[in-house]
Amino acid sequence: MAQSGRISRPAWLSHWPGLVAALLLVVLVFGTLLAVALRAEGGRGLGPADWAAIRFTLWQAVLSAGVSVVLAIPVARALARRSFTGRTALVTLLGAPFILPIIVVVLGLIAVFGNKGIISITLSVFGFEPISIYGYHGVILAHVFFNLPLATRLILQGWLSIPAERFRLAASLGMGPTDIARLLERPMLREVIPGAFLVIFLICLTSFAVALTLGGGPRATTVELAIYEAFKFDFNLGRAALLALIQFAMGAGGALIAFRIAMPGDMGTGLDRAVQRWDDSPIQRVMDVVFITLASLFLLLPLMMVVLNGVPGLLSLPPSVFQAAIRSLVVALGSAFLTLTLAMSIAALVVQRGAWLVEGLGYLTIAASPLVVGTGLFLILFPFVKPSDLALPVTALVNAAMSLPFALRALVPALTSVERDYGALADGLGLHGLTRVRLLWLPRMRQPIGFALGLAAALSMGDLGVIAMFADSQGVTLPLQLYRLMGAYRMEDAAAAAVLLLGLSLLLFWIFDRGGRVNADT
Amino acid sequence: MLTLEDTWVDMGDFTLAADLSVPEGRRVAVLGPSGAGKSTLLAMIAGFQPLTRGRVMWRGAPMTDDPAARPISMVFQDNNLFPHLTVTQNVGLGLRPDLRLTREDRNRVEAALARVGLTGKGARKPAQLSGGQIARVALARVLLRDRPILLLDEPFDALGPALRAEMLDLVGELARETKATLLMVSHNPEDARVMSDDVILVVDGRAYAPVPTAQIFDNPPDALRDYLGR
Repeated sequence: MAQSGRISRPAWLSHWPGLVAALLLVVLVFGTLLAVALRAEGGRGLGPADWAAIRFTLWQAVLSAGVSVVLAIPVARALARRSFTGRTALVTLLGAPFILPIIVVVLGLIAVFGNKGIISITLSVFGFEPISIYGYHGVILAHVFFNLPLATRLILQGWLSIPAERFRLAASLGMGPTDIARLLERPMLREVIPGAFLVIFLICLTSFAVALTLGGGPRATTVELAIYEAFKFDFNLGRAALLALIQFAMGAGGALIAFRIAMPGDMGTGLDRAVQRWDDSPIQRVMDVVFITLASLFLLLPLMMVVLNGVPGLLSLPPSVFQAAIRSLVVALGSAFLTLTLAMSIAALVVQRGAWLVEGLGYLTIAASPLVVGTGLFLILFPFVKPSDLALPVTALVNAAMSLPFALRALVPALTSVERDYGALADGLGLHGLTRVRLLWLPRMRQPIGFALGLAAALSMGDLGVIAMFADSQGVTLPLQLYRLMGAYRMEDAAAAAVLLLGLSLLLFWIFDRGGRVNADT
Repeated sequence: MLTLEDTWVDMGDFTLAADLSVPEGRRVAVLGPSGAGKSTLLAMIAGFQPLTRGRVMWRGAPMTDDPAARPISMVFQDNNLFPHLTVTQNVGLGLRPDLRLTREDRNRVEAALARVGLTGKGARKPAQLSGGQIARVALARVLLRDRPILLLDEPFDALGPALRAEMLDLVGELARETKATLLMVSHNPEDARVMSDDVILVVDGRAYAPVPTAQIFDNPPDALRDYLGR
């Protein structure tokens, strides 16, 4: 068996599904970019409002990434060196914000940090002024909510990658906490932090829903929000296209930097153990408890407030909300299965032709912004059809494209190992084409397929982006309906709709992910 | 006659050359140190390893590229069964790769299972079987595939000595019944002595032409003597 790793087998599947899928993504990104470029109006160049949007986009992304990473270090350190009941649950919770609908989180944050939120109420008891969440600090707060957990997981991964023997060696040499920090922990942080910072910076660069709900105005408008406003308020397609070009340039710049810095991958496994150490002290213990408690409260309180505020109104929700929910479910399911089809086709191509393709598509979606793609599609479709007629399919398509890198990250390693273990057997028995997909791939890859479907469905369910540009007053999705309820100050209905949206998103993820796990013959 | 006509594979840091023939119906052991290329030799014959040069012939005609269309059944060291399929389905793949089995197909599967001593185990999944039973399922599929060449790549090396002897006996019987030409990679020279007519020695990047077993063990060449350690 010594040479089996080197055996390269003849192609047993046609390449075209993978090529078509990859091409679709490339056309979606660059075709829409071309449409945008052709339509962009330089005119008098960039106005002061445009420059303000660019400055704010970059500035808030830097600040959000910085605050997330700095706060994540003590939380990750505490998680790395403490075992306690609920640690596994907390680490799992740290992965959850990724699939939470942004608008639901925003509502939760308003309930905690808003001027009628629990902090403001507490302050007023002591005679202080209530605080406000609207503005740049609200945008950054929401970004930290979403990215502090991600940063914590990435840094925790770094901590746990330090071999346990090093800590034992440090203990046997009599090193104190400062020595360990200098010799073991800071070198690790220097490796991990640039990548973590960059990942979050790039995520915040394409922030639309947060800016839409908490930002706005001259001091808190991102470029993506400016694109949307150019569309919705001025219907100035030339200016929207110009802003979309700027957004793409920023994303492409970020992707170029990402190309040079090793980007960390959140493996999501192996985080469920703590490292044993011998340099404990009461002060450290207290600090760790404080940081873990604060981080848990910061993550859980807003979500608990959403549920508490929303559940009473669930039964009295207007029918329009349920109609929107059904529309969202259809979009989410369509988008999830489109993601799976594209990802499986590309994965099949990748296991035969090498992983560069995955990397390439990954960078492509870093550079692309859903709103820029949406702008391009709008410009292309506008002369021929009423864009609102295609709002739902376009949303499903763009969501699928944006979920694709995550699906590939789950499916490609799985398919690689299936082919490594059973490829020769399947070849020898003549399992070709769809027979191979049906009898080998689908059953052997149930777990990653379930995860990918769940992720794609949840992301699409909660998405508030392209739909906001395309939809008219009819045919809205649940997140957009929720946003409109907030805009109309119908906060009770909004809170109840948020519970519905939160529940459906988590349910979609759970059903698919669970479906991939039960009765899996591993 | 199975012929490797001036075949050569070049994988950069590893090469293997073979120019040899095996007469039909012979039972051949493939011996050699680990890493020498015993498995690669079988992969070349089975069509899993593209050749840099040369060709593999059967009864005077070159074999097709598609491994499934070659006159070959192969049993690997592990992963011979799909864990998500039942025993019946795993064996049934030998009749129909798309698993659309007719009643008659099912009867043939049941008969093959009975032949290897697994009557009534058809509904089980591989996880519910012992190592010896898993090997038997793979052999039942070989029976149904009914191909003239049987390649075994250390299939029983993970089994205990008694079980391995039992499985080798079964393979011997099946090969006799089907008149198959047998090539088996083994780490155990004793296996070769017991059940093979000929030995192919693979060493130093070359697979040597088969030599009768008795002859090679009575008067081993240097390479085999080094390998055997005597």
